[in-house]
Amino acid sequence: MTDQPQQHQQEQGQEERIGVYVCHCGTNIAGVIDVGSVRDFAGEGLKGRGVVLSRDYTFMCSTTGQELIQKDIAEHGLTRVVVAACSPHLHEGTFRTACDRAGLNPYLCELASIREHVAWVHTDHDAATTKAKAIVSGAIERARHSVPLEAIHVPVDAATLVVGGGIAGLQAALEIADAGHEVYLVEREPSVGGHMAQFDKTFPTLDCAACILTPKMAAAGSHPHLHLHTWSEVEKVEGFVGNFTVTVRRKPRYVLEDVCTGCGICIEKCPVVVVDDAYEAGIGYRKAIYMPFPQAVPKLPVLDPDTCTYYLKGKGSCRACEKFCPTEPNSIDFNQTEQRINLRVGNIVLATGFDLFDARRIPQYGYGRLPNVFTNLELERMCNASGPTGGAITLRDGRTAPKSVGIIHCVGSRDRNYNNYCSAICCMQSLKLAHLVRERTGAEVHNFYIDLRTAFKDYDEFYQRVLDEGVHFVRGKVAEVSEVPRGPDEAEGKLYVQVEDTLIGMQRRIPVDMVVLSAGIEPRHDAKQVGQTFGIACSANGWFIEKHAKLDPISTMTEGVFLAGCAQGPKDIPASVSQGAAAAARVLMRIRQGELALEPVRASIDAERCSGCRICNALCPFNAISYDAAGGVSAINSALCQGCGTCVAACPAGAIAGSGFSNEQVLAQIEGLLLTNLEPAEALT
Amino acid sequence: MANDFEPVIIGFTCNWCSYRAADVAGTTRLKYAPNVRLIRLMCSGRIDPTFVLKALADGADGVLITGCHPGDCHYLEQNYKALRRHRLLQRTLAQLGVEPERVHLTWASAAEGAIFAATIDRFVERVRALGPLRWPARPKPLPVAVAPELAEEALP
Repeated sequence: MTDQPQQHQQEQGQEERIGVYVCHCGTNIAGVIDVGSVRDFAGEGLKGRGVVLSRDYTFMCSTTGQELIQKDIAEHGLTRVVVAACSPHLHEGTFRTACDRAGLNPYLCELASIREHVAWVHTDHDAATTKAKAIVSGAIERARHSVPLEAIHVPVDAATLVVGGGIAGLQAALEIADAGHEVYLVEREPSVGGHMAQFDKTFPTLDCAACILTPKMAAAGSHPHLHLHTWSEVEKVEGFVGNFTVTVRRKPRYVLEDVCTGCGICIEKCPVVVVDDAYEAGIGYRKAIYMPFPQAVPKLPVLDPDTCTYYLKGKGSCRACEKFCPTEPNSIDFNQTEQRINLRVGNIVLATGFDLFDARRIPQYGYGRLPNVFTNLELERMCNASGPTGGAITLRDGRTAPKSVGIIHCVGSRDRNYNNYCSAICCMQSLKLAHLVRERTGAEVHNFYIDLRTAFKDYDEFYQRVLDEGVHFVRGKVAEVSEVPRGPDEAEGKLYVQVEDTLIGMQRRIPVDMVVLSAGIEPRHDAKQVGQTFGIACSANGWFIEKHAKLDPISTMTEGVFLAGCAQGPKDIPASVSQGAAAAARVLMRIRQGELALEPVRASIDAERCSGCRICNALCPFNAISYDAAGGVSAINSALCQGCGTCVAACPAGAIAGSGFSNEQVLAQIEGLLLTNLEPAEALT
Repeated sequence: MANDFEPVIIGFTCNWCSYRAADVAGTTRLKYAPNVRLIRLMCSGRIDPTFVLKALADGADGVLITGCHPGDCHYLEQNYKALRRHRLLQRTLAQLGVEPERVHLTWASAAEGAIFAATIDRFVERVRALGPLRWPARPKPLPVAVAPELAEEALP
């Protein structure tokens, strides 16, 4: 840790030499703001405030623009640099680094956001130019009170937490573990595998999902550096990048993990059969003690106390699993309770995945009301050889093969009543299901689509293939699925798909035996709560927000927390795998660096001025402030301080300095923004 | 006269949410009134009531305080402290003869560019309706107590 220099309390800046640079950003800024006028305002009007030169340039962030700053620092002895350009979230680092190269402390460089906060949001050129001048003036006044700071270096714990054991999380966990670092993989369900483990085939290659997924699951289960915590959830995250302390709640399995061999006799002997709503999507069954699927990793059963006779009918009843368990000691432990364990990690990868849109929410499609309306996931389970029908595609009676099937795309997606966004995977998933239905049953298949979106490698080729296989495509949003015949031409016992075929411009009613709803994907129902646990926010649609939509879809605004897979937004398996690998690369970079440079925004207490009132002590959520009874003053542990500045604002004696956002800086910025720094003759109208 | 009046407003933003919301409003090219000049702080908890009083004393007609939604604070719970200070500050302002509605607190997440822009538009109109502050040259103080509905009132 580097101790922060005390803030300068005296009036500074009288001798400062400030350089102001106004960026055109092509026409992004210059198209709205009179850049020349802003330049002259700073160069002439604020000469008395230490501005020694003011320039404008087309692209300040270009190499030439940066070199301009560096040259001026050397030639004109600039002590402060103000760049009026884009948001500091974009290019603050660029210009600070340029200043650093020229020997100027990077924290003496100030950005004025006149693009995002002015040029792009205002249309009145005069008002925009006036506001830009005020913002530049504020930045100049603030910069006058900036002090040189040094970045804070913190060590990075080499262990990593991966949350979510779907394909994205598995990929991230395996890559980090393969590099030789410890990984804790926390999965809410009894087994890793995620949604991919439920699928039969994967588009567009028609690889068997299990065949390509289970090797990764098995590798995760046996990896010496990968520690699985399934049937577990992250409860609390404390600390900060490099040094998180994570509390994991391990739900009771009622099975001793160290003893159980996964032989499955308990499952075989369990007399209780219940509908499996999770893995089998409600169309298959499981026992009260069960393994979600045969390839589960870890290969351990889990007992469901909500359906187990022992718990429902009182102690002494049933206990079949315990009686037949062949291990010594017995693996069944009815008294197991939940446990909490603490993990210390340096980085976190969040790969918490998605929830399937609940098709019941669209009543006119009849799911849950009309027996032969299925969801895509139900059809996936039916296609799967290890699924409830052994791979046969049947109607709800479990026997009859459909002769005609309608597949409805965009169920719950691209619909302002439900979700505005495109779920990205449903087109290809619907094409895949159409192919599988054709292949397995020979049924006539109609796909009802709004638009077909088959971007990415080999996807459109797959569409062409499905077309060639004789699948019908009807462009139009389905209005209704009905079992009621309309007129003598329509027979009983069919489902009628009412749709406007927009290519031929007429209403159609297409009779089918089975309707499959290609339900879209949604953020996890508890994504917001999970986001709060990890200190990250959700977008308006509920996906976790990445640091930058285009240039950094992996990081979050919380240092040390990375995203992978559908938790960040809808995506297919290759994209999830890529993002998992990218998150792993980020984590490995951090581990390799060994330590991190953090923004030196920290609070510190001037013991001379502290009266020991202790008001600040209770305000700190990180317990960084402690009271030294002997000295009668409070002190801040800069290793724990996160720099929010709440204590700085609260100190009645003004004894707490907040580096980077000092009182002097903020008060001066207010003056600058309100242009009280100008002589009346120069004041803006 | 009231029609020509263009209020000047200082907006305090949190680095993690509302400042990003302002960035998002820019990136998506939403249009809003040019009357608010933003200051970036690390957290709404950093806002010293002195900052607000200073802004009003130095010529601002209103102050907008923005922070993360309750529960979303980057620093766990510091936005609640901003909320407490805002409530107290509104009472103080009334005692000083300034309409408490000139200082508005609102929450905006990093995704809520559109909400942020709309909030600014509404607040500018509210301050425009109140007229110029011209403080501290104000003649008469307002009644001391803040009507509860005034303190609680959210922008429509």
